[in-house]
Amino acid sequence: MSHLMEIRDLKITFGGLDALSGLNFHVDEGEIVSVIGPNGAGKTTFFNAITGLVDPTEGDILFDDESILGLEPHQVTGLGIARTFQNVRLFPNMTVLENIMVAQHCRTSQLVFGALLQTAAFKQEEREIEEHAKEVLAFFGSRLVGYRYDQPAFVLSYANRRRLEIARAMATQPRLMLLDEPVAGMNPMETAELTALIGRLRSEWGFTIVMIEHDMRVVRDVSDRVVVLDHGVPIAQGSYDEVSTNPDVVEAYLGRPAEDEA
Amino acid sequence: MTATIERKSARQVSKVDRFLTLIRVFLVSLIVIGVLAFIAQQVAPDNPFARWRNPDAVGLTGDQFKGLLMSGLSQGAMYGLIALGYSMVYGVLGFINFAHGEVFMAGAMTGFIASDKFSESGMWESNFLLSLAIIIILAIMVSTLAAVLMERVAYRPLRDSPRLIPLITSIGVSFFIQNAVMGVFGPSTKSYPQLPQWLSKQRSILTFEIAGTKLLVLLVAAVSMGGLWYLVERTKTGKAMRAVAEDKEIAALMGINVNRTIVTTFAVGGAMAGIAGILWGLLFRSVTHMTGFLPGIKAFTAAVVGGIGNLPGAMVGGISLGSAESLAPLVILEPLGVPGVSQLKDAVAFTVLVLVLLFKPSGLFGEQLSAEDRA
Amino acid sequence: MSATMTSSTASSSGSVNRASVADQDWRKIGKWGGLCTLALVLVSLIGMPVGLDRRILIHPVLSLGYLSLLWIPLMLGFVVSKRVELEGVESPEPGGRDLVAGALTGLVGGVGMAVFMLALNTFNIRDPLVNWSPQLLELLNYGRGLGFGVAAWIVACCVLGLLGSAIHVVSADVRRVVSFSAFGLLAFAVLEGAISDLSEGFGLEFLTDSIYAKRGGVTIVWSIVLAVVIGGVSVLTKGRLKAAKANYSELEGPERKRASRILFVVVALLIVILPLFLGTIMNELLANVGLFLLLALGLNIVVGLAGILDLGYVAFFAVGGYTTAVLTSPDSPFFAPELHFGITLVIVVVFAGIVGLVIGAPVIRMRGDYLAIVTLGFGEIIRLLFMSDWLKPYFGGAQGITNVPGVDLGFITIKGTDPRSVFYLVLVFCALAIYISWRLQASRLGRAWMAIREDEKVAEAMGINTVNTKLLAFVVGAVLASFSGAILVAKVGSVFPNSFMILVSIIILVVVIVGGMGNIAGVLVGSFVLIGILGGPRQPGLLHEFQSFKLLIYGALLVFMMLQRPEGLVPSARRSQELHQEEFLQDVWFKGEEHEAEEHEAEEHEAASHEGSDA
Repeated sequence: MSHLMEIRDLKITFGGLDALSGLNFHVDEGEIVSVIGPNGAGKTTFFNAITGLVDPTEGDILFDDESILGLEPHQVTGLGIARTFQNVRLFPNMTVLENIMVAQHCRTSQLVFGALLQTAAFKQEEREIEEHAKEVLAFFGSRLVGYRYDQPAFVLSYANRRRLEIARAMATQPRLMLLDEPVAGMNPMETAELTALIGRLRSEWGFTIVMIEHDMRVVRDVSDRVVVLDHGVPIAQGSYDEVSTNPDVVEAYLGRPAEDEA
Repeated sequence: MTATIERKSARQVSKVDRFLTLIRVFLVSLIVIGVLAFIAQQVAPDNPFARWRNPDAVGLTGDQFKGLLMSGLSQGAMYGLIALGYSMVYGVLGFINFAHGEVFMAGAMTGFIASDKFSESGMWESNFLLSLAIIIILAIMVSTLAAVLMERVAYRPLRDSPRLIPLITSIGVSFFIQNAVMGVFGPSTKSYPQLPQWLSKQRSILTFEIAGTKLLVLLVAAVSMGGLWYLVERTKTGKAMRAVAEDKEIAALMGINVNRTIVTTFAVGGAMAGIAGILWGLLFRSVTHMTGFLPGIKAFTAAVVGGIGNLPGAMVGGISLGSAESLAPLVILEPLGVPGVSQLKDAVAFTVLVLVLLFKPSGLFGEQLSAEDRA
Repeated sequence: MSATMTSSTASSSGSVNRASVADQDWRKIGKWGGLCTLALVLVSLIGMPVGLDRRILIHPVLSLGYLSLLWIPLMLGFVVSKRVELEGVESPEPGGRDLVAGALTGLVGGVGMAVFMLALNTFNIRDPLVNWSPQLLELLNYGRGLGFGVAAWIVACCVLGLLGSAIHVVSADVRRVVSFSAFGLLAFAVLEGAISDLSEGFGLEFLTDSIYAKRGGVTIVWSIVLAVVIGGVSVLTKGRLKAAKANYSELEGPERKRASRILFVVVALLIVILPLFLGTIMNELLANVGLFLLLALGLNIVVGLAGILDLGYVAFFAVGGYTTAVLTSPDSPFFAPELHFGITLVIVVVFAGIVGLVIGAPVIRMRGDYLAIVTLGFGEIIRLLFMSDWLKPYFGGAQGITNVPGVDLGFITIKGTDPRSVFYLVLVFCALAIYISWRLQASRLGRAWMAIREDEKVAEAMGINTVNTKLLAFVVGAVLASFSGAILVAKVGSVFPNSFMILVSIIILVVVIVGGMGNIAGVLVGSFVLIGILGGPRQPGLLHEFQSFKLLIYGALLVFMMLQRPEGLVPSARRSQELHQEEFLQDVWFKGEEHEAEEHEAEEHEAASHEGSDA
């Protein structure tokens, strides 16, 4: 069976420095894969390469057996890959609802004239966008619904901003979701809640998920498979238990001097 | 591997890109044809290609060409001096100080007021070099003060806001200074006093006929540039400036006084603009409250041409822009049969800006990636 | 900024309980007092007092010239006694200490002014300083000799500084009444032209004749009457306005729709009917405001919604104007089809769209600040081209194209000699532009624009084709600007390259920013206040005396707004409403994680109560 996404020999160089080298990676439909590794291991670069923000120096990225190399980020999103950002990047002055509605841009088509003439098609589409947005927000329980719809995103608490960002990624109707440290900065209670939600993202919405995470409990609880990166090179992969006892991994996390933390 | 590369090129080209390619091809062929026609006219004014667009073309004599080049160079040297200020501020704070042209104008205006007074008292004629030194120092002081005040009042409170906010603010500052100067000193054009004959007379150097004033401009610009280079590359202050440009927070952690360094940057940029202001006054002998506007924008263009944030680049950019501005109308446009080319001088400067940004947005010597672009 | 903040907090924490009058922050007073002196001298030297003295506000006592000086100590007195409010730091009650600070600041300014006047009397440096004149001195000492002038300025500045600081000290009610009276009176004085014109239209000249003196300005008696009346009204209406607003926003569904509709109809009727009672000059003014409003609405889409700082916006204004002139004028030098305005308009739209694409395509990928300068360059190139000998055979060079006919509607011809008709034409287009802005803002495209403005990279990652979307904003803005250009040309009857200076772009930018970026109401207010009162680049406003100081004020306003109120005069309702809550939440976040849990409970409670109230 072919993979949903496959990465072959990916290499990315920034001015002589290899951010990633020789990365082979794949993810199958319905999997939850975690990518872990010390800071500066190239995890975010890896996401940036998939979403088209960075052009790889070598290698190929296949999504659904087609190369997505050289596509613009919005085209990648259009194909069904959505992501969140490590340092939550919402549209702060737009309302919660608008944040979600705008994410459906690539699934909709109305332009100037529909809006000006208020055509039936335009109204229909707006209705659908709004309904879908509310449906997505309802996934997070009562936190982002009701009066929250019309609040600008910047008033939200930190945890809610993280949730909203995930909701925004969901709204692009992806097949593959890339979550960059979804629970960073959350307290244990919120972490547990979000861990459960990540599981439900797969079971209820059918997303395939690749996740960068530092919190090992989350990694243990939800991942089918764990990939460990260090210095741009994959050093181990397998189930959580296999990886966590792998001596290379232990060394990567504990046995290096502090100067590697970039 | 090859297959993926092919697909990349095939899929990435959007309509906008195609259109841009079209523009690029069009502009380049325009320039090439213009230059070829110019060469054809120089070689033999009667050949059909030379007469194709402009049957009346006479071409340029060698002396005319050299004269244009010299004007271009001296004007370009001043653009370069002003461009240093744009470049330094952009390097350190990452925004375009639109009002920097006004700092230059303040220098030119100060020079006028002082030299006018000297001329009234007769000192301008009797002791020219001393008066020149004094007006240069005065202009440097006023321009530096203007730049530092600007930073303190308008830009410091905005240091952490999005890039466009300080740019918009600087547009306001620019308008304010222009019109305040107009209000205080009147809207009339002010003329610098006549320069002594021994300075302004034509001199011949390496077969180049050049007016002494232009020579002075080139000389002073070269000395200032050398001084600046020494300051930035060889002194502790310069090191601090480079460190702040690299990363403000880390620089602060390393014990560098970021505020003071930024003020120094503005001050040094202001001083350079002040020198340029005096040179402008000596060369063109007239100054108004609007003097800073066009040279300011052109100097920004020069900074972009050389690669913004790069100091030697700013100087090279200035000189290239000055030469292009003085040569292009006659070398490219006239042979194509465009009448009244001298009116299009300013349009040429802006076209250079557009061209550079179309072909090499990072400029001739600029670095490709800023930290933000990579993130 | 930071220095004042720390010093003021330090001093206030040192005297938390009992702020004694003697315990002053001398550095602060020195700083603001010095600034006061500087501002007073600068304004004098720029020539405002003399230049604006012709315009009288309150008949024999106050002219605009004096006002240009007097507001400075008042304002700085206000600023100096303003407290930096910090969460968690208890600031002392405003009291005598602040009054003294304000008065001292004013005093420093007054003494500075006195020294300036002495210098003015002693030296003559009129050579570089054109406004260094006996006339200025005469004006400053009120024509009663130097001694009187010096004493008067010291006392006046001191009192004004005191009044400025008193704004903080008096109770909210008093503040409200006084500010209503002051601003109301000022409005009466500034709007003199419009009010007397309007009253003439209604046949009420006798009223305005008694309110306003012959040479202009409200008479003293009427000033007092008006101030009292306005103050009284403000007492009576206290809370009513708010209540009405709350009532309105509480309305739901069809009722609200009906209320909005009534409001809309009333406003529309007023706008349509009022000009019938206005004279030529006021209609001309309104037409100009409309033209700039149209431009500002277009720029608002480009800058306010999509966040593209287009400084060459005037290029599209020029394209609209020149296309119209070429197609309608019989004197067009190269090609003169003499089409009807209506047909021309269609071509103008197409053409402006194409130019928008051609200029937009190369610049749209650039970073915001580069884009600003390059578009500025394009704006200037277009003007230079229209002006050049090269294109003179097509566009007439510096002489432009004249003899452009008005808009022939069959029953009436709209042209500049009848500004009322022009106003109605502009009104139609403004309504159209407002409709377009409003509809687009709440559509898929508008949301995409806002997302790009907020964070371009993320917008791209969320599936928005940023290049095409931004280009579309550019084109929509271009089309609106070209309408304005077309109308301008039909109104003036001719077109010259120098009507399209970069200045126009900047002034429209100021209008959009002062009003409030991305906000239709803001742009409306901005155009009326700025273009209506100060005037456009060439068009005089109500205070036409400001002509030579207009750009100075625009520049200062731009800086001031960016520093103090970047969201504009009319911030979008959403922002101002929520500002407080944001601070609260951030505090909670800073205080640490254990508070998060509490906050959630609170949140859930709040949500529940909201649901309860909804049900």
